[in-house]
Amino acid sequence: MSVPINDYVSLASVIFFIGVIGVIVRRNPLIMLMSVELMFNAANLLLIAYARLWLHNVGHIFAFIVITVAAAEAAIGLAIVVTTFRPEKYVDVDDIRRLHG
Amino acid sequence: MIAFWVLAAVLIASAVWTIVAKKPVYSVVALLLNFATLAVLYVTLSAEFLAVIQIIVYSGAILVLFVFVIALLGSGVAPFPTGPNRLPKIWLPAGFFTLAAFGFLIYAVSNVKMAAAPATGAVGNAGVFGSVADFGKALFTVQLLPFEATGLVLMVAVIGVITLGGEQMSDAEAQQSRMRADRAVREAILREGKG
Repeated sequence: MSVPINDYVSLASVIFFIGVIGVIVRRNPLIMLMSVELMFNAANLLLIAYARLWLHNVGHIFAFIVITVAAAEAAIGLAIVVTTFRPEKYVDVDDIRRLHG
Repeated sequence: MIAFWVLAAVLIASAVWTIVAKKPVYSVVALLLNFATLAVLYVTLSAEFLAVIQIIVYSGAILVLFVFVIALLGSGVAPFPTGPNRLPKIWLPAGFFTLAAFGFLIYAVSNVKMAAAPATGAVGNAGVFGSVADFGKALFTVQLLPFEATGLVLMVAVIGVITLGGEQMSDAEAQQSRMRADRAVREAILREGKG
């Protein structure tokens, strides 16, 4: 490990704070969710860097769990976004009369 | 060493691009760059399996889900305001405290003496640290309980998404639309028979 661990911690904290600023500043719910993904990735980078430092793969297992939680969070967050901002109420094509002539 | 700094520069630049982009589609592209660069960084940290997982799960599943939602909501321009217009009154103290926390973190990181790394082993062969065999053996023996908990988390997420997305139509409405569809099919069949 030629790069000192402090550089990884600094890089991860920079990415994490960019994610924090994105969640605070942006109003678009999709970009806010993407900023949350950035924060998940910063945490993952730190877990993997420390796993490499101590040559212990429990950090990899934890990063794997974080990725799973991120996937679940993205699915639920996007479901909330879709149900909140759904452009059409009807899902049955027989009910749509817009192109009926 | 040089690779780390190049990757770090790309990571920070793409992260900034993600949060300043005008449209969510550009954010997705920047985030894709970020995730791919992070996967390369994982390879340099000899976490091969997690690099692959990063590409498959993040770039392949989560970002495609984002793109799908953006396409469904009409590229995100209509229902959301764009631009950094949150916190109009308290942006100064909020920015100050964020920067202060960030500066404190950097100060602490650069001053704390970290534990010394053990001697490094060989990288990239089967059976050593970070390889698929190593990861899989740990996942299915020692860490089996967290792995099962992961499955539980995913199941809860699926149930939550179904609960959120499935209650659009009440039972009466569903029956009505089903009857309407049946009638349409019957009429089409009758028309075919006549013509």
